[in-house]
Amino acid sequence: MATDRAGEERTLGRFERLAEQRVHLDGFALEDPELGLVALHSPFDPEPSLVVRDGLVVEMDSKQRDEFDTIDFYIADHGIDLEMAPISMSLSDETIARRILSMDTPRGEVAVLTSGLTPAKLARVVALLRPHELIYCLARMRVRRTPSNQAHVTNLLDDPLLLAADSATAVAYGFRELETTVPVLEDAPSNAVALLIGSQVGRAGAITQCSVEEAMELELGLRGLTTYAETISLYGTEQVFVDGDDTPWSKAFLISAYASRGIKLRVTSGGGAEVLMGAAERCSTLYLESRCVSLARAVGSQGVQNGGIDGVGVVGSIPNGMRSLICENLMVMMRNMESCSGNDTLVSESDIRRTARTMPTFFAGSDFLFSGYGSIPRYDNMFGPSNFNAEDLDDFLVLQRDWGVDGGLRAVEHDEALRVRVRAAQATRAVYEHLGLAHFDDYHVNEVVYASGSKDLSPRDQRLAQVASQRIVEKGITALDVIRALHATGFGVEAGRVLAMVNARLDGDYLQPAAIFDEEMNVLSSLTDPNDDDGPGTGYWPSSDRRAEIAFSPLAGSVQSLQGEQKAATHRLRVINEGPAVTGVDPSEVVIGVSPALARSMWVSSGGHNVADMLREILAGLEEGGSTGRLVRVHRSIDLGVIGLTAAKLSGSGIGIGLQAKGTVLIHQRDLPPLANLELLSMAPLISLEMYRGIGRNAAIRARGGRTIPIRNPYTNEAITARYHATTVAMVAMERMATSDEDPTEFEITGLE
Amino acid sequence: MTVRKWRLEEVVAGDVLWSDIRIGPAQLQRQADTARAAGNGQLAENFERAAELVSVDDVRLLAIYEALRPGRSSARDLELLATELERDAVPMCARLVREASTVYLRRGLLKS
Repeated sequence: MATDRAGEERTLGRFERLAEQRVHLDGFALEDPELGLVALHSPFDPEPSLVVRDGLVVEMDSKQRDEFDTIDFYIADHGIDLEMAPISMSLSDETIARRILSMDTPRGEVAVLTSGLTPAKLARVVALLRPHELIYCLARMRVRRTPSNQAHVTNLLDDPLLLAADSATAVAYGFRELETTVPVLEDAPSNAVALLIGSQVGRAGAITQCSVEEAMELELGLRGLTTYAETISLYGTEQVFVDGDDTPWSKAFLISAYASRGIKLRVTSGGGAEVLMGAAERCSTLYLESRCVSLARAVGSQGVQNGGIDGVGVVGSIPNGMRSLICENLMVMMRNMESCSGNDTLVSESDIRRTARTMPTFFAGSDFLFSGYGSIPRYDNMFGPSNFNAEDLDDFLVLQRDWGVDGGLRAVEHDEALRVRVRAAQATRAVYEHLGLAHFDDYHVNEVVYASGSKDLSPRDQRLAQVASQRIVEKGITALDVIRALHATGFGVEAGRVLAMVNARLDGDYLQPAAIFDEEMNVLSSLTDPNDDDGPGTGYWPSSDRRAEIAFSPLAGSVQSLQGEQKAATHRLRVINEGPAVTGVDPSEVVIGVSPALARSMWVSSGGHNVADMLREILAGLEEGGSTGRLVRVHRSIDLGVIGLTAAKLSGSGIGIGLQAKGTVLIHQRDLPPLANLELLSMAPLISLEMYRGIGRNAAIRARGGRTIPIRNPYTNEAITARYHATTVAMVAMERMATSDEDPTEFEITGLE
Repeated sequence: MTVRKWRLEEVVAGDVLWSDIRIGPAQLQRQADTARAAGNGQLAENFERAAELVSVDDVRLLAIYEALRPGRSSARDLELLATELERDAVPMCARLVREASTVYLRRGLLKS
């Protein structure tokens, strides 16, 4: 604020406008290592070091063994390859960083080298990588070749039918993992069952989980009601770890417990959690996350969900924060573990900022680009809104198309979505009723099918999911009961698919890093589908089918569909008495030159005006200005300048008007070069009928030698070229098809009124 | 090595109990061997611990997990647990429990 010359307190207009931008709603923190508010490097991060004596780590990252906390102990004794360590630790940070980027160092060698690094060293290496380098490193280092995507499926009400319908919809879009959680903890078993059923409608093999407290989550898995687990949290400082009511040893045991039942699991960490809990020990978020990643590997996890997660708001608020989130994912990949790459929390009110956060992952691909894309509306996401949500699905699909990038998703046609939603809601209703969990009426099913989210549902018994859950627990319902109920109620296909998920536990192939099932139930993992990206010509390349899916957009129109639209707009206007055009002698006349297709194959402008209306207004304007109009068609050119100049040369006054069917219009004069003009309205979609009339009037004034106030080309700050250029191309193609070698022809029209 | 998979007819006929549907120790050992061959010894050890735990029932599984959480067990409790696990042919998990006990003592995570 300042005081202007009149003595008033004022702010510059530009700054007032900037303050209204949504990015101003975000919070930004000053870097403060004392609080752990520092992303890539804190002055308090330890110097990397490793001393091994008789096979025992006696010093790690400048700490002596007797100073180790629980995390240090576990990493030192299990997490570092002591054979590789002397080599890895002797290389400079820059040397290692260059090897990650160098196509001459095979991907596998980078992983082996990384296995000998301490947490402090690994964090320093990835902090050297700049954003463009990080993108390539992600593409190169992720463990599975084929990228994939995970969806959040939740709703405010824990409505089982809606959860099932939304699960089936998510699978139709291509998500291969579905994650749910609960607003009410007691609802967890019901949500798990609804996802289990919905996920197998339409296509086979999507795996599901229900994120709740550790012991409850394990129980759901043990009953076969979920098929993977993710919310096994690790933290980078001992204080926070213990506050989370676990230790590295309890987690290691839990992880083995899941594996002993053939259930896939990954751990969760992510920068910023320690800062939020006020126990970051003055370290950078990246170093603490590096400890988590080393620990994840040490406890034998096949994969890690990180990249901010619950603490992403903290990391995002500090300098280099967003960049450090990508570093977190990369460290996981470098340790040869599955990366489930964050992007699961709305990081900004600014669309630019939130999109930018996701773009590196999007361009590079990941084992899972999102550790929860919000497949439901923002308000229904019980994890909190994701960085991309149901509202953004078409945007995401278009981004895939724009960049030829496989983000794991595909477009869903309306009727396919309808079909799977009906089937999922019906199957879930049938199972719940068959097992005596709950009763639903037809109206409920119908509402769910058409609902965008839970706010479209009528109020109902809010305890439905809770009661169903109690019964699931009391009756000891397992996946087998669900299979039998599906079969008994006529959903044999889905019964078979749920059984396939159960059977998948028996050999454990999907316990290996980054495993998903494709839609034919093949396991794609770091073993069966290893990433082999060593530069151009290697690594993932979408199949031709997949490329077609990525390129497809239901939003795209063709010349054929445009021809249909043009035909539908045919007016009762008729062209009559068409014959060779002559040069006029009447000094008050203005010739209107029209394009080859106008009123023949093209009837409506890109602004939505019928050619009859445009011609009527121009003729009326000419009359108002004291001129008469004569209509001439130019056959040889579709160029507006040539059309207008041809008209001007045929005109007794030397003034001509050029009009294209798409609506672009100008005034020309016979002695001007073709590309010059007197007045031009080039923004066809924005030209109003009043403006066509104004063009007629001004042409008449010029025909009498008068001076005009030119009609201003309409202006908009919208992305008008993006909106109309595809249509324009199709219109130009139609004009081109209508051209011929014929000389200009003169014609009259009837049926204008 | 192929594993016998259950057919829908068997499940529907009621011949199958949920407790019949279990990954076996041999399969987990095979996954461990695969992981080790792929250079991931830690994942291999996880699978080997899991192979031991196949025969441990769900309730006991949850109880062991609970015993390892911070402040739940005394050194004596953990020693007792480790001895039981050794007795029941769960030696790797027993080692995990003993290792935890040593560190918990140093870091004040035992039940006081």
